[in-house]
Formats: sequence, C-alpha cells, structure tokens
Amino acid sequence: MLRRLERSDRLNWSVIEKYLPLYEKATVLTLKIGWLGVLFSVAIGLAVSLIVHYRIPVLRQTAKIYIEIFRNTPLLIQLFFIYFGLPKIGVSFSPEFCGVLGLGLLGGSYMAETFRSGIEAVDKIQYETALSLGMSKAQVMFHIVLPQAITYSTPAFVANIIFLLKETSVFSAISLMDLMFTAKDLIGLYYKTAECLVMLVVFYLLILLPVSVIGSVVERRLSYASFGD
Amino acid sequence: MADKLLTIEHLKKSYGDNLILKDFNLTVNRGEVVVIIGPSGCGKSTLLRCINGLEEIQGGEIKLYGEKIDRNKKNIAEIRQKIGMVFQSYELFPHKTVLQNIILAPIKVQKRSKSDVIKEAEYLLEKVGLSDKRDVYPRQLSGGQKQRVAIVRALCMHPEIMLFDEVTAALDPEMVREVLDTILELAKQGRTMIVVTHEMSFARAVSDRVLFLDKGEIIEEDIPERIFDNPKTERARRFFNTFEYDAVKNHTDTLNRKV
Ligand SMILES: Nc1ncnc2c1ncn2[C@@H]1O[C@H](COP(=O)(O)OP(=O)(O)O)[C@@H](O)[C@H]1O
Ligand SMILES: [Mg+2]
Repeated sequence: MLRRLERSDRLNWSVIEKYLPLYEKATVLTLKIGWLGVLFSVAIGLAVSLIVHYRIPVLRQTAKIYIEIFRNTPLLIQLFFIYFGLPKIGVSFSPEFCGVLGLGLLGGSYMAETFRSGIEAVDKIQYETALSLGMSKAQVMFHIVLPQAITYSTPAFVANIIFLLKETSVFSAISLMDLMFTAKDLIGLYYKTAECLVMLVVFYLLILLPVSVIGSVVERRLSYASFGD
Repeated sequence: MADKLLTIEHLKKSYGDNLILKDFNLTVNRGEVVVIIGPSGCGKSTLLRCINGLEEIQGGEIKLYGEKIDRNKKNIAEIRQKIGMVFQSYELFPHKTVLQNIILAPIKVQKRSKSDVIKEAEYLLEKVGLSDKRDVYPRQLSGGQKQRVAIVRALCMHPEIMLFDEVTAALDPEMVREVLDTILELAKQGRTMIVVTHEMSFARAVSDRVLFLDKGEIIEEDIPERIFDNPKTERARRFFNTFEYDAVKNHTDTLNRKV
C-alpha cells in the first residue's frame, strides 16, 4: 500500500520525455520573444532616458506620461490592448510581434528610469571636468557619463531583464505557444499536472539562472573597471 | 610690450539675486602667475569657472587672446582646450586608468596620434614621479597622486593658461608639498597660471602678482613681497593675520597631539 502510493507520487519520466520536445520548442519561442523584447526595451529606455536627461521640450513630457502609463499597468492588459484593441482601429500584428512590442514598451519604461537614475548618479563636476578638457557634449556623454551610469545602473538593469523574462509567462493570453501556454495546454489535455509544472519551473530556471549568474559577474567586473576595486 | 593673454572686463556674475562678481577686471599676461587669495565664499571658484565658460555670465566679457569666451558659442570647446583647469576634488575619471585619463582628450578632442600622446603622457608622468602608476585606476591612488595626475591630464592638452582652484585644500598635510612642488615647477617653466590657494608661503614663492579678493571685488593687488609684508588695506592685513594665527594654532595642535 505504502509502496504503491510512493510510486504514484513519483514523477513519471516517460511522460517528461514525451513532453520534452514541446517544452524545448516553447523555450526557444519564449527566449526569442523575451530577448527581442529586452533588446527593444533597452533601445527605448536609452532614448527615453536621454530625452528626459537633456530636457527636450514636448518629447520630455511625452516620455514622462509614457513611463507612468507603462509602469503602472500590467503587461497582460497592455498585451490585450495591442493584440485585441489595435485591430479595432485597423492595426493588427502577429502574436509574436505583439509580444515583443508589449515587452519592449513595458521594459522601456523600467529601463528608462534605470538609465536616468544611473546618469543622474554621475557627479555634475565630472561633466564639467570633461568639458574643461574641450570635449563636446556628445563626447562627454559617450566617454565619461554613460560608462559610469552603466556601472551605477547594472544591478537594476539585470533585475529588469529578469523581471521582463519572467513576464513572458503572460504571453499565452495572446495565444503565443510559450512555456506557460504549453504547460497549461498539456495539463488540460492529459492531467499530468505534476510533471508539467515541474518541467515549467525547470525550463524557466534554465532561462533565468544564467542571466542571474552572468549578471552578477558583469556587475563585479564593471564595478572594478569603473571604480578600481 | 606685455603680451595680454587673458582679459576680463566689467565681468558681472550672479546666482539668482545673489551678485557674486560685480564689476570684475583683470588682465593676465603671457608667462605671468597670478595668485588669488580671499576668504571662503568670496567668489574665487566662480571666477575660474567663468573663465572656463562653465558659468553663464550676466555682463562684461572674458577674452583669451582677444577671442570671447561664451559658453553658448560653438567655439567654446575649442577655447576650453587652451585653458587647463584643475579642481580641488581632482575629478579623475574613475572608470579609466591613469594613462587613459590623460590621453583621452588629446586623442578624441585634438585628434593627435595615439603613440605621440602616450609618449608625452609617460614623459609627464615621469616628471611628477608617477611612472609606476600608469595603468592603475584612480581609486588606488592617494590624494596627492590623484592631483598630480589631474595636473598632467590638463598639461597634456598644451593649454595656454592653467587654472588651479585650491588644489591642495582636500589633501592631507603630508601630500600638499608634492603637489605644490609640481605647480612651482610649472611656474619656473614660464607657464601662465591663475592659482587660487590658501597656502601663503607657496603663494609668495610662486606668484608674480597677488590679488586679495573679498566679496567678489579686488581689494588689493600687488607683488607678493609687498602685499604679504606690508598690506595697504586693513581687510587684507586682518585676513593674512588670521592665517598666521591658524598656522601657529595648527602647529601647536600637531605638537599637542604628538605629546
Ligand atoms: N551653483 C551655485 N548656485 C548658487 N550660489 C552659488 C553657486 N556656486 C557658488 N555660489 C555662491 O557664490 C558665492 C561664491 O562662491 P565661490 O566662488 O565658490 O567662493 P570661493 O571659491 O571663493 O570660496 C558663495 O556665496 C556661494 O554660496
Ligand atoms: Mg572655492
């Protein structure tokens, strides 16, 4: 009796083996959309933070509104809006593109704040010193401010990436066959709940752990380069 | 005929309603070393920052070889190359090594050949006794070493004039000497400099002319021998006296601590 229970509690490896290819496919999709979204968010974040930093009129107010809207609404709702809402006004995208766009816009608002606070952390007199050496404003930004700002913002930057990759779990809502979708689908079809969930966790860890590890290595490296210890 | 390098005429500078420099006039000739002395908050740093185009000015003009210094003009970066500035807080770039700190602007701004600039940087580092620190990050240097690197960094741009703003004020006493010696050496080479300092005996040794500033105005201006030994104004006399007292007091303090 006891032995039987034990056995049924154990994970069924043949099930896991059978589902493995599906999970692998979903992981590739999740990684692809996740990282494209991250890349997009970095581009948006950098542009928006520079707009805010240089106080470019009009754009700056727009940027502030953008940041507040996207930081304060859930990704799920943003995705619904893009995927189901936009077609109503005649603009429709593939689910993949919607995923990248949604993640990029959400991430952009976080990255913008991260970069902005990194730029602000660089002392004003460092700008002035660089200017006094005859550098142009762009040279000061590129050679002096941004490298230091990146160091200041790395911890938050890595946290943002991990947060964004985790957010991919809502993509299933716009019928993207990502990890979450695959897991839910399989559970619904075959009731192998334990196996499916364990695999889901393992694959998410496979995606996120390397980011976390590499992130902390980079953090240490950068702080050495920037501050010499 | 004296060769006028820097001319400041009727300079007016205020922060909001706070008028710092009212009607400031100064001419610095080529090869001249002008020392500026004055109580804290009297506008010494502000003046140097105006000369470097780091501040918006409210009136008058500052010219370097007849060329107007205006921070909103296109040529300001070009003019700044001719003005070397050294700050109290060194301001080395923390993410760059000593050598990178020095060669960055000559290469990127002046587009000089990298190998030439490195050669010059190494030569200058050797002269200030820091050859072995070439590839070290600023964090690993003492205050005095940082300040000497900052001076070399400014020198490597081949400036026409050097501005020093209380460059030893943040240093531990035992490091003050090495930095002052470096500046003294530059004076001997005939460089044009404006030096803001509280080191009276250094001021006496380095300067051709001393300005005593108070509340943004030149109260007294003379050769060092006369202004230090025989100040004409009461305000200057009182100011120098407080310094003598401080020197005596610091000295006895150190003695007391040692006992
Ligand atoms: N950025 C600023 N904004 C407002 N006031 C300033 C600023 N910088 C300096 N001041 C004021 O200008 C006066 C002169 O300052 P400063 O030139 O630094 O004096 P010093 O270098 O002679 O000690 C001081 O009263 C100071 O408070
Ligand atoms: Mg000052």
